[in-house]
Amino acid sequence: MKILENRQQWSLFWIFPILFIVGFYFLPMASILGHTFASGSDSVLTNQINWTIAGRVVGFTFYQASLSTLITLLVGLPSAYLFGRFSFRGKNLLRILSTLPFILPTVVVAAGFNALIGPKGWLNLLIMDILQISTPPIRLLNSMPAILIAHVFYNTSIVIRVVGTAWEQLDQKLENAARMLGATPNNVFWKVTFPLLLPSILSATVLVFLFNFTSFGVILMMGGAAYTTIEVEIYIQTMQFLNLKMAGILSLIQLTFSMLLTFLSLRISGDRNVPIIPMIEGEGLRKPDSLLEKLFVYILTALLIILLVSPTAALLFRSISTFSMSNSIGGMASLGLTLENYRGLFFNDRHSLFFVPPIAALRNSVLFAAASMTTALILGIMISVSSSKNERSNKYLGFLVMLPLGTSAVTLGLGYLSAFSSTPNSIRWFPILIPMVHALIALPFVIRIIQPVIQSIPANLHEAAMTLGVPERQLWKHIDLPLIRKSLATAAIYAFAISLGEFGATSFLIRPEFPTLPIAIFRYLNLPGGKNYGKAMAMAAILLIICGIGFFIIERLQIKVKGENQ
Amino acid sequence: MNKEKFILILIIGASIITACGKEPTSLVVMTHDSFAVSEATIAAFEEENDIDVAFLPSGDAGSTLNRAILVKEAPIADILFGIDNTFLSRAIDEDLFDAYITPLVNEIPDVFKLDGQNRVVPIDFGDVCINYDKQFFRENNLDIPSSLDDLTDPKYANLLVVENPATSSPGLAFMFATIAEYGENGYLGFWKELKENGVVIVNDWGTAYYTNFSGSAGQGAQPMVVSYGTSPAAEVVFAEEELDESPTASLIGRNMCFRQIEFAGILKGSKNRAMAERFIDFMLSTQFQEDIPLNMFVFPVNQNAHIPKEFLDHVQLPDHPAVINTDEIAENRDVWIEAWRELMLR
Repeated sequence: MKILENRQQWSLFWIFPILFIVGFYFLPMASILGHTFASGSDSVLTNQINWTIAGRVVGFTFYQASLSTLITLLVGLPSAYLFGRFSFRGKNLLRILSTLPFILPTVVVAAGFNALIGPKGWLNLLIMDILQISTPPIRLLNSMPAILIAHVFYNTSIVIRVVGTAWEQLDQKLENAARMLGATPNNVFWKVTFPLLLPSILSATVLVFLFNFTSFGVILMMGGAAYTTIEVEIYIQTMQFLNLKMAGILSLIQLTFSMLLTFLSLRISGDRNVPIIPMIEGEGLRKPDSLLEKLFVYILTALLIILLVSPTAALLFRSISTFSMSNSIGGMASLGLTLENYRGLFFNDRHSLFFVPPIAALRNSVLFAAASMTTALILGIMISVSSSKNERSNKYLGFLVMLPLGTSAVTLGLGYLSAFSSTPNSIRWFPILIPMVHALIALPFVIRIIQPVIQSIPANLHEAAMTLGVPERQLWKHIDLPLIRKSLATAAIYAFAISLGEFGATSFLIRPEFPTLPIAIFRYLNLPGGKNYGKAMAMAAILLIICGIGFFIIERLQIKVKGENQ
Repeated sequence: MNKEKFILILIIGASIITACGKEPTSLVVMTHDSFAVSEATIAAFEEENDIDVAFLPSGDAGSTLNRAILVKEAPIADILFGIDNTFLSRAIDEDLFDAYITPLVNEIPDVFKLDGQNRVVPIDFGDVCINYDKQFFRENNLDIPSSLDDLTDPKYANLLVVENPATSSPGLAFMFATIAEYGENGYLGFWKELKENGVVIVNDWGTAYYTNFSGSAGQGAQPMVVSYGTSPAAEVVFAEEELDESPTASLIGRNMCFRQIEFAGILKGSKNRAMAERFIDFMLSTQFQEDIPLNMFVFPVNQNAHIPKEFLDHVQLPDHPAVINTDEIAENRDVWIEAWRELMLR
């Protein structure tokens, strides 16, 4: 009887997510792909498929995604070790700062890199001044290296968070036991630590790869026109040529490869879970003591600051500086400090109907992000819990939720238009769909972050608690929740950040009454003139600061609650 | 514990729904993202006609049109504004619009009326031109290029940034200008020379103007950029400190600028036809037309509308802008773009 009851309870848990995915993913996708492949009487559907172009973009997409992922792992894995094993000053701050890139629209990141390493960027000006040369030595913008650097900038934090958190929660007794039994440090790592970390490393790798694989803004705005990924080509075929057939084929190719990859990674990681045990905050961490360790911590911290923090810092600095107009190439630009850009945000000096008050944009952004985060977390917990109880649901749901990540944002956005625009008053309620799309995109993150942890809660903890008289229904509250709190906070941060930064699908659903910060930034950068540029930078800086504070609060909350529990 | 969160999300959802549901029925105008207008202008129309006008920005000009085409069976708007002459034929072929003859038709010069059947009316026009960084040319004692041919001169090597015509509307317009000058058999030859002369190609106007162009706030490396004829005026209007002279100017030699004319039309299936007609008339009235320049940085088509001083002082109008027949564009645009991509990007 009891078992039956349990079953029903868990089945309810996966019904909601399934309904959500069907309604907000499969329905729109079926609608747009149906539109695309319907034997067309419509003139727009008679276009041809150019397989040469398709082959070329698929090839390049794989090439850049593999290379980007590889470099991201090279930077990210040592950093995960840094965050998972050491405590050092400014660690929390660095963790927050390294996650901030995630929320930034590419337009703004491009401006940040330009302020830093552009021909008139501070780095070039500095080197030119020191070496007394007249041409900028660093020429990275609009090139393949720019794409790679931007991808590392965006995605390293995924590795740090996913793998670093797993590392921190790893039961060190296992490593110690191996050491006691005479294993060399090398052996301990390869025979014990690495296999235990493998599921989280695979999780992070798949997430990073899929992000690079479906990369759009970075390729479009930072790589120059010579590089085209599948996602960019889908955009061009749809928006320029209205060749929906070609766009549909490319969408399917992208989706198929993403599914294959997800499937493979789920296969490899299988049932191996990192056994976690309840830990006191900071238990697994130590201060670097040997010279080697100190050197490791210092050098890596410096590298992370250069790679992940300096472009954002350049952006912040740019928002409070003015260039005088004496800007000849080779000459020094004179520099002043100002708050004019921020003041300007609050004045509708052109009395424009589309003026976006920063507070309103901020409120909308935060509201959308909070709604997306809540939706994604609830669904994520439902899926993870039902998966931990039921093998089959684990297999299928884990796979299904990954689909949106491998799906073209343009296709999904058009799908929403095509599926929902014929409903009455559709444009009025379209903005409600925004948190749904964002939740859909954030869901894979939430699940990849909390599911391994939920699955690895040792069953004997529940048994022990029940022996001690904890009622079964309270096990969740007393055992599971405290154990997954850290992962839950990480998942919340990502869901929040993804919602704030998402631009592709959002642009199909947004209405001028609900402008978000990225939309406001985009509007300013759509017009020439120093003031507009300055305001865009100021708006981006506000976005950064608010998110930084948001992340800080989420991390604080989680530590505090944990502290109370001890 | 899920209960609380459920309630929270219900509240958020419900508040969004009620916030959206409150609005009265209204006239919906689908536009491109660059559309802008003064509050007072729209308020005047709303008050006079006791209606709410809602705008639906839908991406750049091409995206906006394509969206309208995708949902034409169940139109989401009454009016579409922002199709330009490069996309006009596609809109006409897709049969998006109902014809409407505005009483103000005589105030518009004939040169802008490209649809003989009045399915769309011209609203504004502007030129896509190359802007140059005045200071750079002055300090380096460089002559200002006066023709497209000049741009292939080695003394201008690596100094020009253009946008990809496949992803950018000014990029496409500039490619059309070169086709107007060299013909569809000759334009690729010109582009080949430009490529050899180190032309820089990026995907969007924002990157070209703010990252690559040296005359803008982004302080880039190229002193020439494909932008708009009115950009020099915008540089003055939006300057960080007051300026008497624009830091940039346009190259307006023969066929160096491509003239874009933007149209509006009443979408087939509009449930508010009478009001849509009134709004079209309103868009052509001097009140709306005089509001256009400093909001969208293009010129009004109504010849009775006054042009603001900023435009008269800082915008140069080309004597011989490039023109290509819209039918010819419709027939060949995809082929031209694809050939250009093949030559320039691979």
